[in-house]
Amino acid sequence: MLSGAAVLVVLGLMIGSTTLDSLPVFFSQGISFLTGTNWDPGASRTEITGTYQAWVFIYGTLVTSLIAIVIALPVAVGIALFLTEVAGHRLARPLIYMVELLAAVPSVIYGLWGLHFFAPVILKPPANAVSDALGFIPIFAGPVISFNFFFAGVVLAIMIIPIITALVREVFTAVPDTDRQAGFALGATRWEVMRSIVVPRSRPGIIGATMLGLGRALGETIAVALLIGGGTAINFSIFQQGETIAAKIVNTFQESTPEGIDALIALGVTLFAMTIVINVAARLIVRRLGDVSGEAVA
Amino acid sequence: MKVNRTWVRTALPLAVVGAVVLGACSGGSPSGSGSAASAGTGSGLSADLLGAGATFPDPVYQEWIGGFVGTEPGVNITYEPIGSGGGVEQFIAQSTDFGGSDAFMKDDEITAAEQARGCSVLHIPTVFGAVAVAYNLSGVEGLTLNSDTLVKIFLGGITKWNDPAIAALNPGASLPDEDVIVAHRSDGSGTTSIFTTYLDHESADWSSQVGKGKEVSWPVGVGGQGNDGVSAAIAQNDGGIGYVELSYAIENGLSVASMVNADGNAIEPTLESTAAAADGITIPDDLRFNILDVGGDGYPIAGATWILAYTCGYDAAKADALKAFLTWSLENGDSIAESLLYAPIGDSLQARSLANVARINEGG
Repeated sequence: MLSGAAVLVVLGLMIGSTTLDSLPVFFSQGISFLTGTNWDPGASRTEITGTYQAWVFIYGTLVTSLIAIVIALPVAVGIALFLTEVAGHRLARPLIYMVELLAAVPSVIYGLWGLHFFAPVILKPPANAVSDALGFIPIFAGPVISFNFFFAGVVLAIMIIPIITALVREVFTAVPDTDRQAGFALGATRWEVMRSIVVPRSRPGIIGATMLGLGRALGETIAVALLIGGGTAINFSIFQQGETIAAKIVNTFQESTPEGIDALIALGVTLFAMTIVINVAARLIVRRLGDVSGEAVA
Repeated sequence: MKVNRTWVRTALPLAVVGAVVLGACSGGSPSGSGSAASAGTGSGLSADLLGAGATFPDPVYQEWIGGFVGTEPGVNITYEPIGSGGGVEQFIAQSTDFGGSDAFMKDDEITAAEQARGCSVLHIPTVFGAVAVAYNLSGVEGLTLNSDTLVKIFLGGITKWNDPAIAALNPGASLPDEDVIVAHRSDGSGTTSIFTTYLDHESADWSSQVGKGKEVSWPVGVGGQGNDGVSAAIAQNDGGIGYVELSYAIENGLSVASMVNADGNAIEPTLESTAAAADGITIPDDLRFNILDVGGDGYPIAGATWILAYTCGYDAAKADALKAFLTWSLENGDSIAESLLYAPIGDSLQARSLANVARINEGG
């Protein structure tokens, strides 16, 4: 009870003070804060003199998170299915440990590893191949820059796979064995049982897990900052540089002017609002699906 | 390789801080006292000094602190590399004894500081840094560029390495028909400030389209975090070009371009040419200056870093310790600075820096 209240107080203070600090920025920029693409900090100590338009960073945050989810979700569901439905205990146990170990790696390690090895050595050749073959589609247009949305998104995917896998695995385990046995009794193969019984029954849980992973991806800071490429304009190709909200904050707060810090706090408030919107949307989706399939998970 | 070196650079100051703390704990070892002949040190000073600010000179400040505390065991100095912006803010808020900044304080910052403290702010230049233009172009050594071509490259006007403007500066070099891929810093940085201040001064196009500062809205190019990120971006793209701290370029053996200075001489970035950069420039009385219009043997993209202090408001022990530390560092610190790849500020400016050190706490 008391700790619950403490959480509320801390959250309230956080929202209150950050919103208060960033109000001058929101007022001076108006709607262009969300829609414009020019971020040009001023140097004043007392008022807002620069131009602060965050669309480049909002766009980058959404794109990298989307890439991460598109990659991480099928992989995580696959791993979870393998662990719960295919692998025996003896194989599953060490695999679970290994996946969970991925979650324990600090994100700066992912960033440095991505910067010096994973992106240039492993990811760049296939990215070049895709861009050469499908470059006529704007989102795959080349040249492949050494830091880009795609590299940041893939590393983000690796970082959120453990979370999604762990949650989805729990949900799969919760599917009653009698359901599976009913499937087998009707002559279904193992694959058919997974596809028609285990996954559909777990759909709300999978969506909930995805949203938690998405939350982590939206806010991930240092690994993205190292790999996203600090773009200052909107690039539609996933092989070109961009910038996310969290990366922009961590990259520039240290050398910011007082008004620049207010603007970065405004970015933080924006990210917070985005996370809330996505979480609420997820709740609504889960509730709807829960109603349809006759249960409410998550 | 690069990562390791970077880690060493980061770890070194930590190790030094550790050593300082240990030294302070074991304190009272008499070995240092009396051994320093200069600046009247070894006189049993006792004070705790706290400074914070620029990250660029942090390695050399930590070494200076280590060297000075070795002669004055009673003094405990901490320098926290929190960034120039934070350093100036903390200095204005008077939560530190001295500040560190890669950019001299602006007029409104000085007004705020002087109103709060009730006396003047002193700028004390300590070392010079230079910004090297590094590139990755197989088969091309010793590239030469001037400010015009550099501006065009970073504005996106020159997109191929065999552009006539580059070819004209490099007769005999076999420049490939390759895309120029520009790399810049994605984090706010004094290095960016020195680089863009130079471009801004040299080109009206640059100042109207981009301007100068620790972060600017780059028209083209990919951003890397820190010198390490920029150098990775250069190394990983054939045809890459970007700017890094000179010390980082030297440590990592990057290919760097010679820059044509105001006298038309193509100058390679080195410690000597950086030190020579300030020779011909006029430095105002308050020691707030940019290094621009460099001629002679000077390398044109350079800047100073400053220690900030007040002319009043210290208690006597602190003032004596701070003056002794800065005097010792300016007089004895050149070889330490050079070994860490910082350029010393030269005799004439050093004398003026020392004059400002002497003014610390003159108002009591």
